[in-house]
Amino acid sequence: MAGAHKHPNYMAIFWWLAVLTVIEIGVVFLPFGKFVNGTLLCALALGKASMVAMYFMHLKFETRTLGLIAITPLVIATLLVFVILPDSFYVDHKTANVKPATSAPAKH
Amino acid sequence: MSQAAASHAAAHAVEPAESPLTPESWGKLGMWIFLAGDAVGFGTLLAAYGGMRATSTDWPVPYEVLGINLTAAMTFLLICSSVTMVKALEWLGKGDRGKCNRFLLMTALGGAIFVGLQAYEWTHLIHAGLHIDGNPWGAALFGTSFFIITGFHGMHVTGGVIYLLAVMGVVSRRPDPAASYNVVEIVGLYWHFVDLVWIMVFTFMYLL
Repeated sequence: MAGAHKHPNYMAIFWWLAVLTVIEIGVVFLPFGKFVNGTLLCALALGKASMVAMYFMHLKFETRTLGLIAITPLVIATLLVFVILPDSFYVDHKTANVKPATSAPAKH
Repeated sequence: MSQAAASHAAAHAVEPAESPLTPESWGKLGMWIFLAGDAVGFGTLLAAYGGMRATSTDWPVPYEVLGINLTAAMTFLLICSSVTMVKALEWLGKGDRGKCNRFLLMTALGGAIFVGLQAYEWTHLIHAGLHIDGNPWGAALFGTSFFIITGFHGMHVTGGVIYLLAVMGVVSRRPDPAASYNVVEIVGLYWHFVDLVWIMVFTFMYLL
């Protein structure tokens, strides 16, 4: 039981996660536009999440089938995004903004 | 026919007592399956968030409205608590129950501070006008989804803190460290999952 796993270098994973978090926050302020920034942020988040799953949750050292169980929710959620997304094509983002003029930007 | 029934009964008699996917314990498989189900819950919420945002014409820019300094610190805190969690398991593997419990307590404290900071953040945002049914910056659903998703995650952290404290009790009650190794490993799976979900929530609800 104990010691059955090869122990990964947890501190290295910790530093990776910390550095990637800082990079993520930096990406928010990059001037590459919504699409590039969004793709970068999604990739970074997935990278961090898989590091947690693979090393902290030891998924890398488990059986393949357990890995399939673990990845299924991500597949379902991704499919769901593509099911929902077509709805947004029916929204005219340029002209549909009918927010009344009374909504002054909040001081925050 | 009767021979088939007999062999069937024999097969039953030697049914493996060991989980085929996680030979260490059935409990671990149980936790993985629970987490997969829970992940569908979070995945659905986040996909719905994306859908609502994509079909909205006046969705506020989250990081301008919510502020990300505090949440970045909270993210860092949760990553740290994942490290103390693996340390707890490592010490138990070496047979040191005292050190294991100390690290479990640090993990629970990290979670408690996280929930405390989230309460502070919510209070601040509610005073600024963010409500579950509307906000001064745009689409009302922005507030709805914000409170539901961060609240759902916060409940997981709260539950995790209670779970960790209960596991500390198990570790201190069982004299043989090996007897509680599995219990600590399983609470670890839950805790890292909560960390993993926050990584996604932080990106999709604050940064994007």
